[in-house]
Formats: sequence, C-alpha cells, structure tokens
Amino acid sequence: MMRKEVVLSDVVIKFAGDSGDGMQLTGSQFTNSTALLGIDLATFPDFPAEIRAPQGTIPGVSGYQLRFSSNPIFTPGDLCDVLVAMNAAALKTNLSQLKKGGKIIANSDGFDAKNLRLANYSEAVNPLEDGSLDNYELIKMDVTKMTREALKDVALGMKEKDRAKNMFVLGFLYFMYNRSLDNSIEFLKVKFGKKDEILNSNIKALQAGYNYGDTTETFTTTYSVASAKMEPGEYRSIMGNQSIAFGLIAASQKSGLQLFLGSYPITPATDILHDLAKYKNFGIKTFQAEDEIAAITSAIGASYGGSMGVTTTSGPGMALKSEAMGLAVMLEIPLLIINIQRGGPSTGLPTKTEQSDLMQAYYGRNGECPMPIISASTPSDCFNAVYEAFKISVQHMTPVIFLSDGYIANGAEPWRFPKSEDLSSIEVKVKTSLEDGEEKLLPYKRDEKMVRSWIIPGTEGLEHRIGGLEKENLTGNISYNTDNHQLMVKIRQAKVDRIAEYIPLQTLDSGPIKGDLLVLGWGSTYGSIKSAVADLQSQGKSVAHAHLRHLRPFPKNLGEILKNYDTVLVPEINNGQLIRIIRDVYFVDAKGYNKIMGIPMTKTELVEEFGKYL
Amino acid sequence: MSEVTTAPVLTAKDFVTDQEVRWCPGCGDYSILAQVQKVMPTIGVPKENIVIVSGIGCSSRFPYYMNTYGMHSIHGRATAIASGLKAARPELSVWVVTGDGDGLSIGGNHTIHLLRRNFDLNVLLFNNQIYGLTKGQYSPTSEENKVTKSTPFGSIDHPFNPLALALGADATFVARSMDRDPKHLQNMLTRSHQHKGASFLEIYQNCNIFNDGTFETFTEKSTKAEQVLFLEQGKPLLFGAGNNKGIKLDGFTPKVVNLEEGYSADDLWIHDEKDIYKAQILVRIFDDPKTEGHLPRPFGVFYETDRKCYEEVMEQQIAAAKAKKPADLDKLLRGNEVWTIN
Ligand SMILES: Cc1ncc(C[n+]2csc(CCOP(=O)(O)OP(=O)(O)O)c2C)c(N)n1
Ligand code: SF4
Ligand SMILES: [Mg+2]
Repeated sequence: MMRKEVVLSDVVIKFAGDSGDGMQLTGSQFTNSTALLGIDLATFPDFPAEIRAPQGTIPGVSGYQLRFSSNPIFTPGDLCDVLVAMNAAALKTNLSQLKKGGKIIANSDGFDAKNLRLANYSEAVNPLEDGSLDNYELIKMDVTKMTREALKDVALGMKEKDRAKNMFVLGFLYFMYNRSLDNSIEFLKVKFGKKDEILNSNIKALQAGYNYGDTTETFTTTYSVASAKMEPGEYRSIMGNQSIAFGLIAASQKSGLQLFLGSYPITPATDILHDLAKYKNFGIKTFQAEDEIAAITSAIGASYGGSMGVTTTSGPGMALKSEAMGLAVMLEIPLLIINIQRGGPSTGLPTKTEQSDLMQAYYGRNGECPMPIISASTPSDCFNAVYEAFKISVQHMTPVIFLSDGYIANGAEPWRFPKSEDLSSIEVKVKTSLEDGEEKLLPYKRDEKMVRSWIIPGTEGLEHRIGGLEKENLTGNISYNTDNHQLMVKIRQAKVDRIAEYIPLQTLDSGPIKGDLLVLGWGSTYGSIKSAVADLQSQGKSVAHAHLRHLRPFPKNLGEILKNYDTVLVPEINNGQLIRIIRDVYFVDAKGYNKIMGIPMTKTELVEEFGKYL
Repeated sequence: MSEVTTAPVLTAKDFVTDQEVRWCPGCGDYSILAQVQKVMPTIGVPKENIVIVSGIGCSSRFPYYMNTYGMHSIHGRATAIASGLKAARPELSVWVVTGDGDGLSIGGNHTIHLLRRNFDLNVLLFNNQIYGLTKGQYSPTSEENKVTKSTPFGSIDHPFNPLALALGADATFVARSMDRDPKHLQNMLTRSHQHKGASFLEIYQNCNIFNDGTFETFTEKSTKAEQVLFLEQGKPLLFGAGNNKGIKLDGFTPKVVNLEEGYSADDLWIHDEKDIYKAQILVRIFDDPKTEGHLPRPFGVFYETDRKCYEEVMEQQIAAAKAKKPADLDKLLRGNEVWTIN
C-alpha cells in the first residue's frame, strides 16, 4: 500500500481517558520515545481531583498533554492537534481544547449507552454518530474489542486484558508518528519483569495497536517531526519534582552535608518524598513525619545537628509550619522549606496549579520574620534553583522558602543535565573551636555577611543554648531589653537583605533593554510568557521579558530595569501578589494580569493581553 | 543510651550555666534540675554529646540552666525536634524536657509518635497538672472539677493517665518519679539513660504558685508510706509503714492485703518490668487518693522492653543501600534514557 509521510514541525496530543485507563503512562511513554529522538517537548498532566472517581464520569477524567516540536518550545501548547478520547467523558471534557479540524481518536467502546449517560450526553445522542464532530477528523476504533482479540490466547481474566487497552492506543500512535516500539517494550520488561502474563499481554496489545494502523488501509498518512535545534549536548527528560530531588541530592553531595527530609504527604509535593526515599545510597535520610509540624521541626532538629534539613509540602502544610519557620529564623540555622503550590485557600484545588502562596511566603508568620524566597520556573530549572536555595541557606545560615507549583511539579521537559564536576561548589563553614584570642563563645557573633557560625552538638568546649525567645546580640542569651529587640529585628532583616550582594543580577530573558513593555514574571508562567513575548517581538513590538528566580531579596538591579519601560506588566496565576510587592518596593505603577482558574496561562491569551500595551 | 567513652571526671557543677535560674522560689523544677545535674556526670557521656531539647512552659526553661548543648524550642515540638536530631545524629545523648501541657496537649501527637518509633532518647515529662507559664489554667492531666482561672465552675475534661497513654503508644520504657524524692529521681534518670530506646519518665512536680500541694499525699512524710508504692524489679509490691501491706493480684484485679493479717510476701504480686500484661494493670493503678479503698500510686519503672530503635534501622538501611549501590551523582543525573544533540 502506498502511504505518505508528512513532516510536521509542531504537534500537540492530548491523551484523555478514565483515571483507570492508564493515560498518564501512555502519555509518558510517548513522551520518552519523543525525547529519545531529540525532539523538543513539554508536557502537562492533568489529574482528576479524586483518586478513583466513579468510572466513566467527568470528574474521573485524567489527561496528559504532550507537545513536541522541531523548534525549541516552552509550553505544552494552548490547543491540541490530536485528542485521544478513551470514553465519552474524556471527549466531553477536552473537546473545547481541540483545534478545529483536529483529529479525534476515539475508543468507540467507551461511547456505549452507559458511558454516554455518565458523561451527561443525552441518551440517544452519540457524538461519534450524530455528525456533531464533522468539523474534526474522527478516527473511531473499538479498542476494547481489538485488545481482547489480540489477547485471546493469553491466560488472563477479561478485566486484566482490558487493562492493556492503553498499550493498544500507544501502539497505534507509534504507528501514526513513525516510532519504534523498542523503547516501550524495554520499559514494560522492567516494569512487569516477573509477571510474565501481564508483560506478555502489554507487549501484544502494543504490537496489535501498531499493526492495526499498519495493515488497515484506512490510514494512508503517517507523520514525523524532526529533531529540534537545541544546544548540543546530552539530554534526558525530567519532571519538576524529580528535578528538585536531584538538585537536593547534588547539593548534598557537593557540600558534604547529610540531607534530612522531614515530610508529610500532600499533593502535589509527595513525589519529592517518594523520590528521595529511593536514594538511601546517597546517605539521604527521609522521615515521613506524623504531621506537617513534625515534618519541619524534625528537619530543624536535623539542621541543628549539622545536617541539611529540608521539608516539602504544599500551601496547607505551609500554614501549619509557619510557627516553626519563625523558630528557624530565630535559631539562624540552615533549613529549606519547599512549597509546591496548588489552588487554595484551605484544601482548595489540590490537583490544580496556582501561584497564590507568595504573600504567605513573604509575610505568613508572626513577628518580623524575613526569609529568602527562591522560585523555579520550569521542571529542569528546579534543579538549579533548589541547588541555589540550598547554598544560600547554608552559607547565610537562614531558612529559605522554595516555591514551585503543581504545573512545574508534574510537567516534563528535556534537560541538558550537568556533570557533577561542573556544579558550583558549596562551601560549608562549621565552627569547631574558639579562635585565637576568642575568650568565650559568642554564638550570635556575625561575619561580614552578618551570618553567625554554625556550631553543632558534639563539639567540645562550645556547648551553648539557643531558642525561640529573643536573644541578646552576640551572646544569644535570652533578652527582653527593648533596644536589643529593635537591634535584633533590624539585624535579622539586614542579614536577609544583604543576600542581594551575593546573588546574580537580574537579566532579561529576551527583548530590548528599554522599551514599551516589560513583562515581569515568576514561576511556572515562564514558558507562556516567553512564547507570547517572542511572538510579539517577531512582529516588531517593543516588549521585553524578565523572569525572577530570587523573590526575596530581589536582585540589586531590578529597580533599574523596571524604570526602563513605559509599562511593567506582572502576569500571575493568583489575584495579584508579586505585583503588590513590586509596587511597594519600587513604587512602579505595575499592571497585573491574573488568571486564577487552576490552569496555566496560554500563549494566545497573553499575546492578546500584552498587545493592549503595545 | 550513648557509647561510654573516657571523659574527664565531671561534677554537677560542671553542668551549671551562668544563667540566673528564673523559676519561682520553691518550684519543684529546682529539685529536678539539681538531680539532672547530679546524674549527668555519672552516665559516662561527654558533656558536648548531651543535648537537651525543650518546648515552652516553665519546665521548658530547663536547657538554659544546663551547661550542655540545648534548644528551647516552640510549644509542644521538642519531641519532634529531638526525633530529627536523633535521626541525624544517633551518637548524641538526647533529652527532651516537656510539661504536661507541652507534651500531652499541644504536643501530644508528637509524643505518642516518638514513643512508637522508639528513638533512643529520654523524655522527661514534668507533670504539675497545671499550665504554669500561662499562669494557672487546667491542663490535660488536671483532675476533673478542677477550679482554675479558665474553669471557674470546675473543669469538665477527663484527664490523661500519662503512663497508660505512653504504654498505649508502645513505649519501651515507662517510669514515674517525683521532684521531692531526689534519690529515686536520680535512679530513674539513670535508668532512663541506660534504656536503649525511647524512655518516658513522668516526674510529679509541684507548682507551688498555681497548683500547690497536688502531689502532697505522695511526697509528704506523713502520708508517703501509705500512698506510694515503690516498684522494684523482682520484688513483691510492698508499701505501708514498715512495708506492712502489699498488693496481690486477684485474677486481673490488684487488691491490697495486710501482711499482719495472715498474708506473706509470697502471696504478693512480684514486679516484673518485662511483663507487658502486668504493666498494663500497673499503669491503671491511678486512683484518686481521696477515694475510699484506693490503691497506692506506683513509682519506679513500670515497663521496659527491647525494640529496635528508629535511628538504628535507618542507619542500617543506608549502610545496606550504600553497599549495594555506591553513590554516583553523575549516573543519577544521567538516568537511563539519554539522547545526544550535535
Ligand atoms: C503556640 C503556642 N500557644 C500557646 C502558648 C502559650 N503557652 C506557653 S506555655 C503554655 C502551657 C505550659 O504548660 P506546661 O506544658 O504544663 O508547662 P509548665 O509551665 O506547667 O511547666 C502555654 C499554653 C505558646 N507559647 N505557644
Ligand atoms: S509557675 Fe509554677 S511551675 Fe512555673 S516556675 Fe512558678 S512554681 Fe514553677
Ligand atoms: Mg504543667
């Protein structure tokens, strides 16, 4: 049969099905095979709020969006070219995100009367049959039936066989996009190594899906996307939370400090605990505490003992940890508090993304309680950002808040991973004895950075007591002296402010150094802002983009940068938080763009918004 | 319990700090401090390896007065801080000082979890049955109907039985002592230290300002013999003037018998710290001394058992993982699926 191959530059596929349908696995397998071909990519998994919402219902739909391109890309795409819908609910939930004329690959078995009813389609109307999808290219296939057929010789129950449906779909997509099955077969071998029948059924279903495409005459076109022109080097795929775990391990190795993680499970931060728990061979101690408070306070205990204490959580956990953060500020010991933000307030939208904990990070503690804040902007950026947060914490003897969010946490992208020898060193100073001429230990004596010494239990002759009560300057003894309190509040603030002397200056991500519009972003809006700004720049517009990693203190030159544009616009996935701080610190009349829907901003909406100022 | 090393001979004075002790004159905390300072030089741990972690409360001021490492932390969290410290530094001798409010109310959660995990550290619970620092509200160990500033009509709360709670959390060492019996307290502190695993030592402590005399019947000479039952391993449960009374187990029920009325020591309950079933009954001997026919309150080690300590197994897992797969950062960062762009 004659088949033509069409070369595309940019494709967005959304895999959608019931949460039991294995769409996350299908998506991540397709992602891996894409990555291995050197194609640039970005992903956006979209989990249902309930772990097991009733099968077939709209709340039970789980999605995985993958964009891949032969050009460098920074977002998983606004609209999809291809929608894989395993059931009626998946179609209903995602159709609005499909481009007109896009492809729908539908599992017709998931559109029976029951599924239609569960997805709230009125009984008689099957969208696959009623012509309502005429504006799309509809590929119907009875995945269930064909999977069962392919597995008829396998000694497994029907239910188990049906679990391999997603592999059939994956196989079909591999056919469509001219991919080899090898990598996924290898993956399945590792995953189901000892379970022969299950391994067998998955591989068979995968091959059956591929062969279905290959042998059925209907499918006359296959597609391919060339590798992207990225910076030369070795790449792997990385997800945000994994990147944080790796950054912490790397910093632990480079600094020689034992890593202690105290954590209490919470979406979307839990995977960091899962990941770090695996790496005991790096000497990492993970402690699943009884609650969020024990998670941070155990980490404080570990830091006090000379380890690097880390705690990972999301907004509700941050709220519970705030008193202990204050203690760490008073103790002036290293500590890293990692917040993978999610929709709030209260339990809010656990599986959705938001940037609404910045004010909490800034001000959410009793007393004058400044802490450095660092944020990551993409999955791979988490590695460097957390590495830097670790370093600042140890070298400035201060707890540091690290902000990521659900979108970064679960997203994947190619990563030109560093060599360990290229990572900057992390020098750790621990006081082990009195120096010449030092008569008596002064635990709160400071160096030129205004940083006190780290003195750990077990050090002979340096026994001393510290605590959360206000301390006398230098001695660290309890002090209720009024002047001393004012002095200490100022010292603690100045110590954090002074970190600005030691962090890199702010740079522009793109655009002119003076112009009409500066888009100032932080966190996971990076990709959308970057793409939107690039579009406008290619139209000759005077727009620049700066993206902050250091949120407290700000880089020294930020104020200067802000002055160089007619308008400063701050897009945020919150009700306006960075913007308030920027206005407060720099007196600029910054404008906001706020989307608080639990989902990332799209390039399209940003192009439109930025256009208003150009 | 930490490893015994040869250290210079220290005395109680070496454990005194230059900080003025700020408890109210007459407070039971003074005696406890003195006993701890006496015991510390005898346990064979270098001073720099001792860490005292406390929460908030009058009792929690303790670390400032001990010339060791110490942290006065936040209300209720000393147990959790100490857990992290011990996990990070198993070789340290870690002591938690907490109050009945600190350790059983705001920090109750951490206390039970520390006990079940069995970190090898010592919890000293100063029980004065009141919130001292906040000036006299009832606490989770105050008796029912207690009139305090926050309960002018008498408290409605039913109190905790701290040792039953500790045993319920599967503590591996459960003991009780009192501020007014220095020898006994020193002995219990030493035993707490010697026990490998989490030691839970409840210390009755008089707050002479807000709850004066709560434990009087146990501490005053005139009543002590009748009201206190000192537990000694392998010995019959005897009490009373000249040990003329004893406790006999009648089925599962402890009964007071008089040795001058036909009973001998052979009839009595023989204390066995290792017996969890008997310990369950012992901790339940918790009668109000004002009620008719009540049993005397036991003091001493109720229960001790061996169980793996959290930090020990944690170290073992790490050692095993390292032996199996040496740490290789580059290999980790690289992962299994790499592609090259030229
Ligand atoms: C978060 C928090 N809530 C409340 C307090 C106030 N507070 C300090 S100590 C205390 C009770 C102390 O009682 P206890 O633990 O029995 O110690 P004691 O003073 O009796 O030794 C309270 C309520 C606090 N310090 N922190
Ligand atoms: S208030 Fe009570 S417990 Fe506190 S120091 Fe005074 S006597 Fe001691
Ligand atoms: Mg008390």
